[in-house]
Amino acid sequence: MIVAERKPFEEIYAHAQKHKKILLMGCGTCVTVCMAGGEKEVGILASQIRLAARERGDDITIEEHTITRQCDDEFFDEATARKVAEADAVISMGCGVGVQFCAERFPDAVVYPALNTKFYGATIEAGVWSERCAGCGECIVDQFGGICPIARCSKSLLNGPCGGSSDGKCEVDPDNIECAWQLIYDRMEKLGRLEELEDSKPLKDWAKHRDGGPRKVTREDVQL
Amino acid sequence: MDNDPNIIAFCCHYCAFTAADLAGTMRQQYPTNIRIVRVPCSGKVDVNMILQAFVEGADGVMVGACEPGGCHFIQGNLRAKKRVDYAKELLKEVGVNPDRLEMYYIAASQGPLFAQTSREFTERIKQLNAGQVETDVVPQEAVGEPA
Repeated sequence: MIVAERKPFEEIYAHAQKHKKILLMGCGTCVTVCMAGGEKEVGILASQIRLAARERGDDITIEEHTITRQCDDEFFDEATARKVAEADAVISMGCGVGVQFCAERFPDAVVYPALNTKFYGATIEAGVWSERCAGCGECIVDQFGGICPIARCSKSLLNGPCGGSSDGKCEVDPDNIECAWQLIYDRMEKLGRLEELEDSKPLKDWAKHRDGGPRKVTREDVQL
Repeated sequence: MDNDPNIIAFCCHYCAFTAADLAGTMRQQYPTNIRIVRVPCSGKVDVNMILQAFVEGADGVMVGACEPGGCHFIQGNLRAKKRVDYAKELLKEVGVNPDRLEMYYIAASQGPLFAQTSREFTERIKQLNAGQVETDVVPQEAVGEPA
């Protein structure tokens, strides 16, 4: 899923302060799962803005609205369009995709982001999310025992480890980052495939990643 | 209106609420402005339940839970404590004094403690309302538009 976290309150409130009627729009998919911008978080932020407005004497009305997905046109229904039209501004609690798509869908609306979108990750325990994929456009985890060196090695090394690997930890942040190459070696050893790491991996085609510009996937068979 | 604060007390069914009941049975006096909301476990108390209580006009919110190790649902009270701590941070962000929210561990047998806690908390909120203690937190400077 896409993992995000909420922006500092003051940053959000600075936007809210410029308007009288705000539509606070949550997203029911990834950011609900990573507890950053779902219905519950919309409720919490709405309460905070209401309390702050009262404390500071600002006249702000908040409407709460959470849709299934902000990255999909079909969920911006008529009720949502009406709420957007009635509001002076929208504060979107969707990820970077959701905020932009919301702004794209409602070109006349002022749309502000309430989240900082971080990475594609997994829930490794309750309340902890960790990066697993960098969206490089060409998955190569088959060569590395199912562990991605692009997303999980701080240097994205294809032929690791580097000298910064110590006791299975990465020198960038030994308390929080595991050395991906230690993980890869351990896993490949367990799978009896260690000799596969003897081969040097060739250069990766980064044009399939962001370096080739913004990407698009088209499937003619499902186009209407 | 006099200085009677509105206080919401989220009390768990097994301990704090039973203690409140016992306080009544024991004819212990505690302030009448405390409105008790019984919850099955303090772990049921959500951050937004607390914030909404403030939005709807509460001057103070207390969360009454079983003592550590005594939760009927093992660790609902410990989870509630984490949520209360988080809610205090959220209150601080918006400029509401986090002392207006407090967590108390009160066992089912401690009727007098419930009454005493209620009196003390009411007194604290009265003082906050009257501005006799440090007033509500001054909000941080608003973050400006990026240049």
